[in-house]
Amino acid sequence: MAALLPTAGGTGAPVDAPPASPPAGMRARRWVPYALLAPGLLWLIAFFIVPVWQLFAASLWDPNGSVETGYAMTWSWSNYATAWDMFHVQFLRSLWYALITTVVCVLLAYPLAYAIAVKGGRWKNLMLVGVIAPFFTSYLVRTYSWKAILADTGPVVEFLKWIHVLGPDGRLLATEFAVIAGLVYNFLPFMVLPLYASLEKLDVRLLEAARDLYHGPVRSFLRVTLPLSMPGVVAGTLLCFIPATGDYVNAQLLGGPNTQMIGSVIQSRFLVVNDYPIASALSVMLMATILVLVTIYVSTAGTEEVV
Amino acid sequence: MPRRIPLSPQAQAVLAAMPTRRGVLRGALAGGALAVTGGALAACGTTGTGSSGPTAKPSCSVPDVSATERTVLFSNWPAYIDEDEKNADVHPTLVAFKAKTGIDVKYTADINDNNDFYGKIRTQLTNCQTIERDIVVFTDWMAAKFIRNGFAQKFSPDKVATFLKNLSPSLKGRQFDPNMEYAAPWQTGLTGIAVNTGVAKEVHTVDELLTRADLKGKVTALTEMRDTMGFMLLSMGKDPANFTTADYDAALDKLKAAVASGQIRKFTGNDYVQDLAKGDIAACIAWSGDVIQLGFDNAKIKLITPDEGMMIWSDNMLIPTTAAHASNAQALIDYYYDPKVAAEVSAYVNYVCPVAGAQEEMQKIDPDLAANQLIFPSAETQSKLHLFMPLTEAQEKEYEGKFQSAIGA
Repeated sequence: MAALLPTAGGTGAPVDAPPASPPAGMRARRWVPYALLAPGLLWLIAFFIVPVWQLFAASLWDPNGSVETGYAMTWSWSNYATAWDMFHVQFLRSLWYALITTVVCVLLAYPLAYAIAVKGGRWKNLMLVGVIAPFFTSYLVRTYSWKAILADTGPVVEFLKWIHVLGPDGRLLATEFAVIAGLVYNFLPFMVLPLYASLEKLDVRLLEAARDLYHGPVRSFLRVTLPLSMPGVVAGTLLCFIPATGDYVNAQLLGGPNTQMIGSVIQSRFLVVNDYPIASALSVMLMATILVLVTIYVSTAGTEEVV
Repeated sequence: MPRRIPLSPQAQAVLAAMPTRRGVLRGALAGGALAVTGGALAACGTTGTGSSGPTAKPSCSVPDVSATERTVLFSNWPAYIDEDEKNADVHPTLVAFKAKTGIDVKYTADINDNNDFYGKIRTQLTNCQTIERDIVVFTDWMAAKFIRNGFAQKFSPDKVATFLKNLSPSLKGRQFDPNMEYAAPWQTGLTGIAVNTGVAKEVHTVDELLTRADLKGKVTALTEMRDTMGFMLLSMGKDPANFTTADYDAALDKLKAAVASGQIRKFTGNDYVQDLAKGDIAACIAWSGDVIQLGFDNAKIKLITPDEGMMIWSDNMLIPTTAAHASNAQALIDYYYDPKVAAEVSAYVNYVCPVAGAQEEMQKIDPDLAANQLIFPSAETQSKLHLFMPLTEAQEKEYEGKFQSAIGA
């Protein structure tokens, strides 16, 4: 461990070293932490910093260039305005869908995580496996199977028609409902697991104390359980909201032309239209927006106080 | 493009991007992909000094080692060649080719999407590096781009004599390869209207497809711009082989109206196949080979030639500039223009056969298929087939961009 800490002299250094200049061993050791960090840093630089920088640069290329003729760097900030004009509908729709998804996930995951953590008993591990089990199958395959479940001729639609929730021509596929349902399904485990982790540490004696102090179940939940589980809520909402915003699998498989999200737009601009500047501008906008929203959220949620 | 792979190009792209699901990282990843595929472009990003200028046409010459290495590397689309009944990895026509010439064909079905595959090999070809393939297969418009960028090797006429002789007359002298020097059609396909007659009665015009009330929300169109917009242009009375931007915009407005009204439920790759079979969709714009195969299992599924006609396209074999076995590759291309061999492949894949004389050979294999207008179109049917005009890169970006916006992405 000593090697990890640059200030931790001693353990291996010669005792009789001249005090004026630090011993050669010490000086070398100062580099050890950086050397240990180097692989990770190099990785980050090569696969994160450089690509992000390139993406940002690409977003300022001449919008009239093309893959075949090359792009000139013209610092075209107007690409951002163009991208917003063309795709603000999908952009806002993505944030909206992600928000609904996150809220629904909290509402579904909280009772589930609470039940596993507090009432699970000897079934706890089995219940957790139940939450994680879907990960054994590919994300894409699971989303495809939702296509079968929600099909016009499938059992869900038949049932909803029978109880007259859906009209005779009603359907679920290629609607907002299907897209959001798919998102909720796919991101629910990301909400359950952090919530479980923080609820599992909940000291039930605190709830007893709250009852002794004349708190009813609602008030003890709001004043004791919820604040104590805030780190889980914050972690879970981030794990849900961020990937849900950029998701495009659900919109593409379960949605229609009027439910496409920004991820599909970026995908098609990059790979189909080959319009790199606009696609890059959209990606940078998405990253920046999420970064800002998350910063505001984390600072207002103020989890440090309750950790 | 063979339409039997179960995933759409979109889904393929999705699959490629699967390991990271963090939205924030996706942009970065796309940037990374840029760095990899962008090649020359990458420099712009970091120096800020600007354009690499128009890409110079690469002129690579690679020594042909065909005589010493009796092999050829062939990349094609999935499920696009005859397969042995017992082992799908064995392709009888390739086995026969080896017996005949001694050339061993390494066949890989690794092309799923024109844009994706082109992006994958583009950088190497620009830098004159090998892509370890001697034959690649691209759809017309991508083949045109491939040739335009100088990535294709010329055939030597003496090595592809059978091809020159037997290429179906309707495919001779195409605009992007007028002298048949670069591109040999592998299969040709038709785009028409498929109807599940168990769900709705037949549809005979594009207008019916876009407006008939009983089809509302049960219609899909294709994400391939040339297929869907070809139909829109036809329904406006325009020729997809020769139209103006104003014609295109008017046709696109018609499509947008059908999307806004909810008539068109979705734009799909070949995943319409399952939905059509289940009856979730009643009618759709569809590819001939798919529908013929669906029809074998369910007689209610029919491909209809709308009154406006059908779109026709081909997938073409091309030899990349850096292919090391060009002579072997040409021998293989020539071999597939033997009507007997071509009939064997067509009997299996059910697309339109680009080889003259194959119909007579098919008569011996399966007379029903030989009489099928969608595999061997008669002169009358051929008069109703339309090509989509070749686009310049700028047109392609403009038209594809507008189309993608109209379909929501």
